[in-house]
Amino acid sequence: MSLDIFQLLKTRFGDQILESQIRFGQTEIEVSPESIAQIIEHLLTSPETQMNQLLDLVAIDYLQYPNWHGPRFSIVYLLRSLISKCRVNIRIRVAEESISVPSISKLYKNANWLEREAFDQVGIRFLGHPNLKRILNHHEFIGHPLRKDYPITRRQWLSENESLMDEMAMRLKEKGYTL
Amino acid sequence: MTNPLNPENYEATGLEFQAENTQSNLTFVNLGPSHPATHGTLRALCALEGETIVAAVTEIGYLHRGFEKDAEVHTYQQVIPYTDRLNYVSAIMNNVGWCKAIERMLEITIPPRAVYIRVLTSELNRIIDHLVCVGANLVDIGGLSNFWYTFNVREKVYDILEKLCGARLTSSYMRLGGVAHDLYEGFENDLKVVLKEIWQSVKQFSKLNNNKIFLNRTRNICVVPKEMAIAYGWTGPTLRASGINYDLRKEEPYYCYPDLEFEVPVGTIGDIYDRIFVRMLEIEESIHMIEQLLKKIPTGPVFTEDKRVALPPKTQTYGNIEGLMNHFKLIIHGVCPDQGEIYDVTESANGELGFYVISDGGKNPYRVKCRPPCFMNFAAYHEMIEGHLIADAIANLGSINIIAGELDR
Repeated sequence: MSLDIFQLLKTRFGDQILESQIRFGQTEIEVSPESIAQIIEHLLTSPETQMNQLLDLVAIDYLQYPNWHGPRFSIVYLLRSLISKCRVNIRIRVAEESISVPSISKLYKNANWLEREAFDQVGIRFLGHPNLKRILNHHEFIGHPLRKDYPITRRQWLSENESLMDEMAMRLKEKGYTL
Repeated sequence: MTNPLNPENYEATGLEFQAENTQSNLTFVNLGPSHPATHGTLRALCALEGETIVAAVTEIGYLHRGFEKDAEVHTYQQVIPYTDRLNYVSAIMNNVGWCKAIERMLEITIPPRAVYIRVLTSELNRIIDHLVCVGANLVDIGGLSNFWYTFNVREKVYDILEKLCGARLTSSYMRLGGVAHDLYEGFENDLKVVLKEIWQSVKQFSKLNNNKIFLNRTRNICVVPKEMAIAYGWTGPTLRASGINYDLRKEEPYYCYPDLEFEVPVGTIGDIYDRIFVRMLEIEESIHMIEQLLKKIPTGPVFTEDKRVALPPKTQTYGNIEGLMNHFKLIIHGVCPDQGEIYDVTESANGELGFYVISDGGKNPYRVKCRPPCFMNFAAYHEMIEGHLIADAIANLGSINIIAGELDR
């Protein structure tokens, strides 16, 4: 099954699909970041794969990884199909200069929060995300704590409560209310 | 007209949104962050029309303490006590999740007795997690007496755990390579007595099924259809309550689960009632499982002999140079897995608990990402409560079992 997904994607997307490897029994496929949204949409909708759950989205900063060459950040999408019961991890590599990647928040409902977390903690920008703001850290927080150059001892003074009315306005608009 | 988006205005003047058709005013109410019924620090801002929630948004992060950043400056063993604080209601299951991931990374197999003890204590933790969830949920609905049926037996399980590992909640009972120490003498008898009591309390508890008020409060309230549960990445009892038979203990079995006979309870429509009763039935299944485990548990060591994680016996440490070096390497440098990345999962009480761990070959994990199951549950909360009453929102919050320690990490 694992090799199949790589071949399926390869025939559909060609050289957008870079490489595949197996890490501790799980397939990881590296793809190019521009077409990540289409690739994941294909994995979700194609009857062969039907990856209907996004389990997690892991953003990684490789700044201090030993002997690291290549883009600084990686994002790993952990997908699973409840139908075929197989898992696949999709990886994209993101350079610091081009830190924007397409959002998949339209494909999976929980991607909204997961992308917000990746933005909050590592500073990845997701293009097309409806509401890309911090989620775990305070809204006045400066910097991205899970970046390797953020010192663990740095403290910040955060005081002002968030009103949440920006999100509420959006939600009410979706529900048909006007200002 | 003042701008309602300005936080200074909305509290003073509020009610600036108008419904398109009805022209009625909306009231904004903050549920939480510190409200007795949120059982933690969660906040939901609700727009009300009368007593009905028409729109809601949620905010989390009040208990964020940087678990993932902390893990990067601790050794692999030192992370274990931190995992206790994730889902602090079933701490041992988090210990198991972490240790299993790192052991897979190191390619260590732990002795069969250790496996059985891990599964046994995990199932015991699943029982108390569900008891807390259901008991607290019913308090929120207004049934205080039920609380004592669940919490009394939970206390007795904690007595056993305290005898076993010295702590009630934050047990840190697991170690990389096995468990901290063997079961104490008389554990089996203590456990059998408590299991009987749990069984009785579950039976008494199930009489709720005849309680009209309970049924009215929970049936067809905050229904989560299959599609929505899948799209939000739900796992565990909440997913099963929505009618999807998926349990990692069956689908991707680990440890000794294939040797055990148990059923996976599945709900029908995914309302609060289903979520409560899937948990109740899981308690019964866990009791069956523990009974089987007690019969099957093998004798033998509870710790691997692999020198990468196990301290040598004291005779070795004081008797020869290899033992001494081994001891010091483990204490000073800790466990050093080879470079690599792993995502490993266990079925915790709330659902799929995953750890994505990256090793750079050093003594500290390079990066840890914890997948807390209730993060996905709470992501759906606003959508679940819209269209329902405030009282239903409270009842629903208990049914998806949000543990802030795990949600905010």
